[in-house]
Amino acid sequence: MVAAINDALDMALARDPDVHIFGEDVGVMGGVFRATDGLQAKYGVDRVFDTPLAEAGIVGMGIGMGLAGLKPVAEIQFAGFLYPALDQILSHLGRFRHRTRSRYHLPMVIRAPYGGGVHTPEQHADSPEAILAHTPGVKVVIPSTPADARGLLLSAIADPDPVFFFEAIKLYRSVKEEVPTDYVTVPLGKARHVTRGDDVTVVCYGGMVEVATRAAEAAGAAGIGVEVIDLRTLVPMDTDTVLESVEKTGRVVVVTEAPRTGGFHSEISATIAEEAIEFLRAPIVRVTGYDAPYPPFTAIEDVYRPSAVRVARAIRKVMAY
Amino acid sequence: MTLSSDSLPQAGLSAEGAAASEAAYDAGQAAGLFQILAPDGEVVRPDLMPDADTQLRLYHQMRRARHFDERGWVLYRQGRLGVFPPFGGMEASQVGTAAALTADDWLFPTYRDTGAALTLGLPIARTLAYWRTSPHGWAMPENLKVLPFYIPIATQYPQAVGAALAEKRKGTRNVALAYIGDGGSSEGDFHEALNFAGALDAPCVFILQNNGWAISVPTRSQTRAVDLSRRAAGYGLPGVRVDGNDVLATWHVTAQAVERARNGGGPTLIETVTYRVKPHTVADDPSRYRTEEESAPWREKDPVTRLRAHLLRTGVLNEESDAALLAEVAAEFEAALQEADTYPDPTPAEILDHVFAEPTPQLRRQREELLAEVEA
Repeated sequence: MVAAINDALDMALARDPDVHIFGEDVGVMGGVFRATDGLQAKYGVDRVFDTPLAEAGIVGMGIGMGLAGLKPVAEIQFAGFLYPALDQILSHLGRFRHRTRSRYHLPMVIRAPYGGGVHTPEQHADSPEAILAHTPGVKVVIPSTPADARGLLLSAIADPDPVFFFEAIKLYRSVKEEVPTDYVTVPLGKARHVTRGDDVTVVCYGGMVEVATRAAEAAGAAGIGVEVIDLRTLVPMDTDTVLESVEKTGRVVVVTEAPRTGGFHSEISATIAEEAIEFLRAPIVRVTGYDAPYPPFTAIEDVYRPSAVRVARAIRKVMAY
Repeated sequence: MTLSSDSLPQAGLSAEGAAASEAAYDAGQAAGLFQILAPDGEVVRPDLMPDADTQLRLYHQMRRARHFDERGWVLYRQGRLGVFPPFGGMEASQVGTAAALTADDWLFPTYRDTGAALTLGLPIARTLAYWRTSPHGWAMPENLKVLPFYIPIATQYPQAVGAALAEKRKGTRNVALAYIGDGGSSEGDFHEALNFAGALDAPCVFILQNNGWAISVPTRSQTRAVDLSRRAAGYGLPGVRVDGNDVLATWHVTAQAVERARNGGGPTLIETVTYRVKPHTVADDPSRYRTEEESAPWREKDPVTRLRAHLLRTGVLNEESDAALLAEVAAEFEAALQEADTYPDPTPAEILDHVFAEPTPQLRRQREELLAEVEA
C-alpha cells in the first residue's frame, strides 16, 4: 500500500505544479515509511521539503500556503503526534472557509500513519480519527487497500477542502494488489462492500477491514453470511450504503481500534439506531480498543487491538440474541 | 546531582525581582528604542525623516484609526456595535507597520489590529460589520489579502510563514506581515513560526506589539525577558526594537524589513514598544489590575498628538487643514456606518453555509432539520 501512496503523490506532483509536499524527514529520507521516497530527487527541494520538527508549525504553515493558492500536502509522522497541531486544526483548518464566507478555502491534505498491530513504540499507534471527524469543516479518509489508497489520495489532493488521510501502518506492507497506473480516482463519501451476506453487517475502515474480513470468513464457514462494509471515508460518511445493508441483515457489528468512549463507532451506531432501529433484530455491538492509552507492551498489544477472534465472537453474539 | 526546588528559578517574581525587572525594562526602553520623533514632537533622526506627503499620509491613517476607535466606544454603548477590543493609543504601532505594505502583500491581524486592517484598506463598513458579528464582515474583500481578525493567540504566525513561502514559490516579491502581542509571544506558535521562517527563508515580517498587558497580566509577569526583540537572535533573524508610539519610526523600520524580505533577505522580527492605554475589550475593567497613575504617563506619549505637534511646527499642517482632515475622516466614517446599517441580518440556515465547497449529505440533512425547527 505504501507504494500506491508514493505513486499517487508522484502523480499529483506531476499533474499540478501547485502541489507541495512537506513534513519531517519527507525529503532526502523519503519519509520514515518511505511514502515520499524519491520525490524530492524528482521534483526538487522547493516542492518536496523537510520542515523543522514542530507539528503546529507544519499545519499552520500549510494553512498559509493553502490561503495563498498552493496545494499543501503535509505529512505528520504519526497520527499520535497530531496533538500539538490541534489548535491550528480546530481553530483554523476546519473553519477558514466558514470564517471568510468562502473568500479563502484550504485545499490541504494531511497524511498521517495511524493504528497498531506493528509493535511501534509508545504513542505511535493512536487512532485519533474521531477527534478529526468531530471537527467541522475537515474531511476524514481512511483507505484499506492499495488501489483505494491511491484513488482516494488523488481525490483528497484534488478536493477543495481540507482532508485528513490516515494510513494504517499495519497495511503499509502487508497488503498487495495491482493498482491502476493512470489517473484513476476513488470518490470521497462512497463506502465499499468487501463481502456480501444476509445475516450480519460489519461496519469498519482502515486497519480493521482486514481483521473484519477474516472474522467474516470464519463466520461464513459456520454458515453465517456477513456483509463487511469498508466506510473508506468518515467525513463524508456513506450512510445510505450502511443503512441499506442493515435493512437487509438486521444485525450490526461496528469495529474500530480506537478507544470506546466517544469513538466514530458510536457515531455509526447512533446513525443506525436513529435511522433503522425498526430493522434491528439485535442490539448493535461495538468491537473497539479500550478507554486506555494504546499499550506500548508488545507482548499484550493484541489484547487492546480488536482481533478476528473478537469480531467473530461479536458476530456470534448478535446472531444468538 | 539533583536539582532542589530552591535552585530553580521562581515562577513568580518577588517584589524585589519585580522592581529590578521593571528598572531593567525602563532602562532597555531608554537605551535600545529606535526613534525618529521624540514624544514632544522633536525630530531625533533628521536624516531618516520621510517626505511631507508620507508624514501626512501616516497622520491621516492614524486619524482614521483613532476615529474608528472612539466612535466604536460610543456605538458599543448605544448597542450598535458588539464587543470589540480597543486599540486607541496604539495607532502608530499599527498604522506605521501596515502602511509599509502594498495591496499585494498579506496582513495577518489579531483582534486588536483593526487600525492595521483599516490602513491596508479593509473598508470601514466591513470592519464595523465584523465587530457587529455580521457575515458581511466575515466576507473579506477580494482585492486585498487581509485575513479576518485572529481570535486564538499566535496561530496567525505560522500561517504567515506559509503565505510568505507560497509567494516565494510562485516567484512573486510579495511578503506576509503578521501581528502578535507580548502575551502572544509566550505561545509555542510564535516560536515555531520564527524558527520555520528562518529555516525556510520565508519573506515574512513579524510585528510584536509589546503593549504591556495580556488582559490583566503585565509583561514583567509574562516573561523574564526584557527586550523581546532579542528573541529573534535565537532563530537567526534580525530583531529590531522600535518606539511603538512613533509612527515615523515604525513605518521606517517596517518598510526596511519589507524591502529586505522582498529582495530575498529573509524574515525580521520587529518589537513595537507601546502601551494598551485602554481596557482589553470594551467589556473589561482595568481598574481591577492596574492604577491610573501607572497608565497616565503613556497617555502623554500619545502617537497622534506627537506627530500632530511636529506637523504643525513644520507647517505641513495648520489648525485649519487639520480640522478639515478631521471632518473628512468623520464624514467617511458616518457614510460607512450608514452602509453597514443596510447589511441585512443573516438567515438561520446561513449557519450551515461555507463549511465545505459542496455540503456533505450530513449537512444537507441538518439543513432540512434546521429549517423545520425554525418554522416550527
